[in-house]
Amino acid sequence: MAETGNAQPAYRHPRSLLEHSLQPFVALPLLALLVTLPWITHALDADFYTSVASRMLILALAATSLNFILGFGGMVSFGHAAFVGVGGYTVGILMMNGLVSGWIAWPAAFVVAGLFALMIGLVSLRTRGVYFIMITLAFAQMLFYLMVSLQQYGGEDGLPLASRSRLGLGLDLARDTQFYYVVLVICTLLFIAFTRVLNSRFGHVLQAIRENETRMMALGFRVYHYKLLAFTLAGAVAGLAGALLANQSSFVSPALLNWTESGVMLVMVILGGVGHVYGGFAGAVAYLLIEEISSGRTMYWHFWLGAILLAVVLLAPNGLLSLLRRKERP
Amino acid sequence: MDAVLLLEQLLNSLQFGLMLFLLAAGLTLVFGIMNLINLAHGSLYMVGAYLVATLANASGSFWLGLAGGIAATIVVGIVLEMTLIRRLYQRDHLTQVLATFALLLMANDGVRMIWGSQPINTPAPGGLAGPVELLPGLSYPAYRLFIIAAGLLVAVMLYLLITRTRIGMQVRAGASNREMARAMGANVRWLFTGLFAFGAALCALAGGLLGPLLAVQVGMGESILILAFVVIVIGGIGSVRGALVGALLVGLVDTGGRTVVPWLFGALMGPAAASTVGPSVASILIYVLMAAVLFFKPQGLFPAHG
Repeated sequence: MAETGNAQPAYRHPRSLLEHSLQPFVALPLLALLVTLPWITHALDADFYTSVASRMLILALAATSLNFILGFGGMVSFGHAAFVGVGGYTVGILMMNGLVSGWIAWPAAFVVAGLFALMIGLVSLRTRGVYFIMITLAFAQMLFYLMVSLQQYGGEDGLPLASRSRLGLGLDLARDTQFYYVVLVICTLLFIAFTRVLNSRFGHVLQAIRENETRMMALGFRVYHYKLLAFTLAGAVAGLAGALLANQSSFVSPALLNWTESGVMLVMVILGGVGHVYGGFAGAVAYLLIEEISSGRTMYWHFWLGAILLAVVLLAPNGLLSLLRRKERP
Repeated sequence: MDAVLLLEQLLNSLQFGLMLFLLAAGLTLVFGIMNLINLAHGSLYMVGAYLVATLANASGSFWLGLAGGIAATIVVGIVLEMTLIRRLYQRDHLTQVLATFALLLMANDGVRMIWGSQPINTPAPGGLAGPVELLPGLSYPAYRLFIIAAGLLVAVMLYLLITRTRIGMQVRAGASNREMARAMGANVRWLFTGLFAFGAALCALAGGLLGPLLAVQVGMGESILILAFVVIVIGGIGSVRGALVGALLVGLVDTGGRTVVPWLFGALMGPAAASTVGPSVASILIYVLMAAVLFFKPQGLFPAHG
């Protein structure tokens, strides 16, 4: 997505702090790698990793939606996993009632999760700072316990999906490679949309609110509305990620909504780089790579994961990508 | 629902609330004064419980185990503060979340490496094994009564410590305005290490006391950590009084929800459904309580700052 420079407002500096480019020199090779990945894993006789890569992309999407409100809107939500869970359960419950079409179930997950985010945001965004962290956590935990208590949807044991969603068009999502490409297309489109939104007027206002909320209020912006819209959008995208995740693992359970999952998503974003376009992506991929590599070698892989996270905190305070960004922004 | 059952449930909720207070008191002080979100606080509780259980099993005496376990957890707390936690005070909340979440992961697997995945049991102290008849028809386990007494004792001592001593004054000053307290000559470095170790000691006390009642196992810290956070947010961050009120409220709602809700639902849905739904509804009620408190008093019930 190159910046073309036509019809740009006069106030914009070429490398304005509010502008975020996907950086074609990063995006194109990355996309090429992702497109060819199934061939590479097939050639290496490691087809299993196509499924792992689907999971990475899905969690990268969820983490990016969190980074949207966290890194660009300054909202530290400690309940983002709830929206992923709501999306997953939407697909699961619809499928239980015989609705297998992805064309209906996936947008439904997007909308339902968005509605939940809207309602939670309405209340939560009245608080600030630590209290916002805790109130989003509280709502997520309410949904967690709600799903635990709903016996007709499996309760604590979770809800297995009979199959993956059907899309028609000659696609068979049960085949991991085809599912991977569907996920890749969705994630790519949403990723482009994500940078478009960041560079739009809405995105600029949102980032300005992150920098100085009081000033934006004094300038006459309806800060609360902007934040609520961003929060709702992020929740909806997380819901779509949840729908894909439910398909990927053919299973949804309350564990998806637990606070530790919200913690993991925060960790992914912080690990990658808060407020960096690729922060959520890099964090999710790094986290899952660490998980994938170390869980095969030792039972105690959480220990080494923790050790690596601590090292990142002490050595790269602003996330892995900050090591690169330093060159870019003197 | 008769009066005896009600009284028994009130005692249960008091016991749960007081144990929650032991955790929340340390958490709220560390949060309010050092401005540190410590997700690893629950891990200190877990480590404390393991140390107490192991030492109690090894020595054959619950009391020796409790004392030794608390002392050992204090050492763990001091080492942790001096090596790592100290570096986090000046960092933003997000970094603290990441670092202490990492600690939580390491603590869980570290405990698993040392003690294995099987839960371990703590022997209850011999003299407190049986029930005590409080009222005609109401007998209550002596050990639970002892926990209530211990919790109340700690609450009173903490109150005296904070309102009547020089250290307590510095702690209150720190919670109210950190920079000013530093400028006025409070030895912040020493105070921080001491507070963190003190929080660790309270964790170990709670973990050790609860050991004979529940299985000491990996992951025991997580669920209670979130409840402790709920407590301190309800009470107001940095306020020990708020932590006490919040803990008792949460204890009451939790225990009440677990008994009253199934009782109410029992008539509507049948006993089987009620017994599975009850605990979840009770848990939901706690978060409803917290959201309601934050909605009407965004700074909690007893704001310490200001």
